[in-house]
Amino acid sequence: MAHPMSPPALVRPLPDDDQTDGGRRRRPSPWHFLLLPLSLLMLTPLVWMVVTAISTPAEARQFPPSLPTSIQWSNFADVWTGSPFGRWLVNTAVVSIVVVISNLILCSLAGYAFARLRFRGSGLAFMALLTTLMVPFQVVLIPTLLIVKSFGLIDHLGALIVPNLVTAFGVFMMRQFFIALPPDLEEAARIDGASRLGVFLKILVPLMGPPLATLAILTFLSIWNDFLWPLVAIQSPENMTMQLGLSTFQGAHLTDWPLLMAATLMSQLPVIVLFIAGQRVFVRSIASSGIK
Amino acid sequence: MTSTSTPLAGTPAPPRTRPSFLRRLWWSDTLAGWAFISPTVLLIGLFGLVPVVWAFVLSFEHNDLISPGRWVGLDNYRKLLHDPQFANSVRNTVVYTLVFVPVCVVGALVVAAALNRRVRGITFYRVAVFVPVVTSTVATATMFGWLLDPDFGLVNAALGKVGVASQGFFRDPHEALMSIVVMTVWGWLGFGVIIYLAALQSVSADLLEAAAMDGCTRWRAFWRVEVPLLAPATLFLVIWLTINALQLFDEIFVTTKGGPVGSTTVVVYYLYVQAFQFFNGGYASAIAYVLFLAILAVTTVQLAVGRRFSYGGR
Repeated sequence: MAHPMSPPALVRPLPDDDQTDGGRRRRPSPWHFLLLPLSLLMLTPLVWMVVTAISTPAEARQFPPSLPTSIQWSNFADVWTGSPFGRWLVNTAVVSIVVVISNLILCSLAGYAFARLRFRGSGLAFMALLTTLMVPFQVVLIPTLLIVKSFGLIDHLGALIVPNLVTAFGVFMMRQFFIALPPDLEEAARIDGASRLGVFLKILVPLMGPPLATLAILTFLSIWNDFLWPLVAIQSPENMTMQLGLSTFQGAHLTDWPLLMAATLMSQLPVIVLFIAGQRVFVRSIASSGIK
Repeated sequence: MTSTSTPLAGTPAPPRTRPSFLRRLWWSDTLAGWAFISPTVLLIGLFGLVPVVWAFVLSFEHNDLISPGRWVGLDNYRKLLHDPQFANSVRNTVVYTLVFVPVCVVGALVVAAALNRRVRGITFYRVAVFVPVVTSTVATATMFGWLLDPDFGLVNAALGKVGVASQGFFRDPHEALMSIVVMTVWGWLGFGVIIYLAALQSVSADLLEAAAMDGCTRWRAFWRVEVPLLAPATLFLVIWLTINALQLFDEIFVTTKGGPVGSTTVVVYYLYVQAFQFFNGGYASAIAYVLFLAILAVTTVQLAVGRRFSYGGR
C-alpha cells in the first residue's frame, strides 16, 4: 500500500509530542483529546469523595448536587469519635509492618537457598511451593480458618499475621532475582571461608534493594487492602483492619454519605500519599511482577 | 569470613580418610539450605498445602465447621449440578468475566498507547490512571455506591442534565451487574496500562523507524508492528484478569450483597454465603474446588490459544 510520506516522519518515529519546535510551540497533541477527558473521568470518583467528605448531610442530599459552601471538618472528627477508626489504623499498621518485615527476611532467605544451594529435598520443596501459587485463596479459606481456630487465634491480630508471614509468590520472586545475579562475588567470599549466612548478610543484602522494595510494596498493598480473610477471621470491632472496619462503618451509616466519604478518604490517604510519593517504584513493582 | 585456615579444595587431604559425617554436613549446603528454607516450608506447608488437601476432604463431607464432619461421598458435587442458585451464580460470573476482561484489555491498550508519548502533563495523566490501582476494593465500592446512588448520586444528576431518566444502578436487577463491571474496570484499568506501558517501552524504536521508512503510517505501525509484539503482555493480562474476575467478591459484598434478586450473586459470593451464613462448609468446599478446576481449565485453554497466535513470546 503506497502511502505518501512526509520527510520529517522519517527522522521522527514518535510524532505527536507537543514540545517546542525551533522555539515555537507546535499545536497540542491530539492525544490530549483522549487523555484529558479520560483522566478527569478516572479522577471523578476520588474528587467527588473529597467534595462529599467536606459537605454537610444536607448539602450531600441536594439534587442536583452542588459544591459545599464551607469545609465541614467535623465529619473527620466524627469518624474518629464515632468508630474505633484509630484502632483500625493501628491494627492495619501493625499487621502490615510485621508481615512485610517477615516476608522480606523469609522470602529472601528461602529464595536464595532455592536459587543457589544444592541440597537434598530442595527440588521437592520448591515444587510444593509452586503448587500453592496456583491455588485460589477461596479453596484454602475454610481449612485455614479451622487451623487458625485450633491455634486460638480467631478474632485476634495473629490470625491476620501468622498465615501471611511468608508468601510463595515472594519466595519465587526472590529466587528469580538471585538466579539473574552473577555468582562470582559469592564464590570468591566462599573460597575465603565465609559461611553461607555470612555471604548472605555481608555480600547479598546490600545488593537486594530493588527486589526487596518491590516485595515490600506488593506485600504492603495486599495486606492493607485485604478484605475476605479479615472478614471471616475477625469479629470484634477493636480487632478489625481498616478495610474491614470501613465496610462495617458503611453498613452502620448507610445514608450518611459525608461521614462515609470522610472515613473512606482517611482510610485511603496513607496508601495514596505513599503512591504519589513513590510512583516510579510502585509502577515498576507492579509492572515487574504483574500483581495488583 | 576472617578465618585464615581454609580446609577447602586447596589443602591436600590425607588419603583414604573421609571427613566425618558432621563435617561433610557442615560443608555441604544441606544444613544451610534447610536452615534457610525451613520456616518457609513449615508455614507454606501449614497454610498452603495442608488446607488444599483438607478442603478436598471437606468437599466430600457434611461439615458445619463446628462439629466433626460426616462423609457423604460425591453428594455435594451432585447437589451442585442441580442447584439453581449455583447455576445462577455461574451465569453471573461468566457474564461478568466476558464483559470485564475484554473491556479492560482493549481499554488498557488504548490508554497505554496514549500515555506512551511525550505530551505535556503526562505525569498528571499517569497519576490519574494509576491511583485507582492502589485504591482498595472496599473504598472503591463505597465511592461507587455514592456516585451511583439512585436518589442523590452524581451520575444520575449528570444523566438528568442530558435528559436521561434516573437509573437504579446497583438497585436495578438489570443494571447491577453492569454497574459492577464499570466499577471494577475503573479499579483495574490502570493495572492493564502499567503492564502494557512496560511492554511498549521494550518495543524497539528501530522497528517503528523501519516501518515508517517502508511507508507505514503511525496508525498502521501501531496495529501491525506494536500490537503483535504486545501479544505476550496481552496473553498475560487476559489470563490474570480472568483469574481475578472469576474470584470477584469484595465489591459485591460491599455494594449489592449479591442482589437485587440474585442478579449479582457470583460464585465466590455464593461460596461465602454457603460457608459463613448457612455453615455448609462441605458444600462451600465443593464450590471452591469446582472454581479451582474451572480456573485451571480456562487458564490452560487461554495459554494454548495464546501460544498459537503469538510469536516472540517467552
